[in-house]
Amino acid sequence: MADNKLVISILKKIGEKIEEQKEYLTELDQPIGDSDHGINLARGFHEVAKKLPALEDKDIGTILKTVGMALVSTVGGASGPLYGSAFMKMGMALNGRMELNLEDFLKAMDTAIEAVKQRGKSTVEEATMLDAMVPAAEAMKKAALEGGESKSVLEAGCKAAWAGAEHTKDLVATKGRASYVGERGLGHQDPGATSFSFMLEVVKDAL
Amino acid sequence: MVGLVIVSHSENLAKSVVELTSMMAADAHIAPAGGLEDGSFGTSFERIQNAIESVYSDDGVIVLMDLGSAVMTTEMVIEMMEDKKVAMADCPLVEGAVVASVNAVGGMGFEEILKELEKVREMRKL
Repeated sequence: MADNKLVISILKKIGEKIEEQKEYLTELDQPIGDSDHGINLARGFHEVAKKLPALEDKDIGTILKTVGMALVSTVGGASGPLYGSAFMKMGMALNGRMELNLEDFLKAMDTAIEAVKQRGKSTVEEATMLDAMVPAAEAMKKAALEGGESKSVLEAGCKAAWAGAEHTKDLVATKGRASYVGERGLGHQDPGATSFSFMLEVVKDAL
Repeated sequence: MVGLVIVSHSENLAKSVVELTSMMAADAHIAPAGGLEDGSFGTSFERIQNAIESVYSDDGVIVLMDLGSAVMTTEMVIEMMEDKKVAMADCPLVEGAVVASVNAVGGMGFEEILKELEKVREMRKL
């Protein structure tokens, strides 16, 4: 599916995607949060981009752990510890690996989901990034079982992620800033579920 | 003396809570960790880490946070300080800071202050 060089290139492109969608993500965060999701994530991935050149010959585990740490250190909002933990745990699962196949990627996704659940003390149907991550992982596992290639599996994952992000409009948030807004948050799409969907799309496009 | 750290999204709020505690506990070992390096709102891993280290001793450090990422970021800092005696308190920020600083200056230990802070959570104003 991907070697360390491709992982680096995907991470760089994720940063570009977040930068490009910065205003939109912040706009989504405005009615239900503290209007900083896009700005915060862009700041984090800007720092990630600075670290990538030095990681070019490193294993995928080291690359992802470094990315996670950079996000935790620089994002400044909840997405820092959440995405940071996700990338760090994925990195631990892929320690020492110079290449990964689809099965490794799906396992690493599960690790990332567990990390987000644990860090945010949350689960699905609470209007968070998990509402995109969990259905995406499930759809990808199903597509892989049916014998799909990486690209088609990721396509199924992206479709499920975007549907999940869309579904957060129907949910009342019980975690994070949006929980202060309560039912007034209905009709608004969760920024975290949206940023995750953008990230997965970058992975899909790179395959 | 048990050290204290105040974590907030706002640099001013963290500093002001520290300032407020000096009314009753001027000698407390207490440090603020508010906002981001560039002055914007948020919680900084590095600021929290530095604040904990600045008031750290074998007596330990108790951290009080405002909300959201302040809690998660602090949690991550503490996880990376495995060998150190550091804990988060789950209580209102201002009341907790006053209770903790007064007791720390009075010589109360780490576990006892944490127990006092548990009570702060139940304390009513009206």
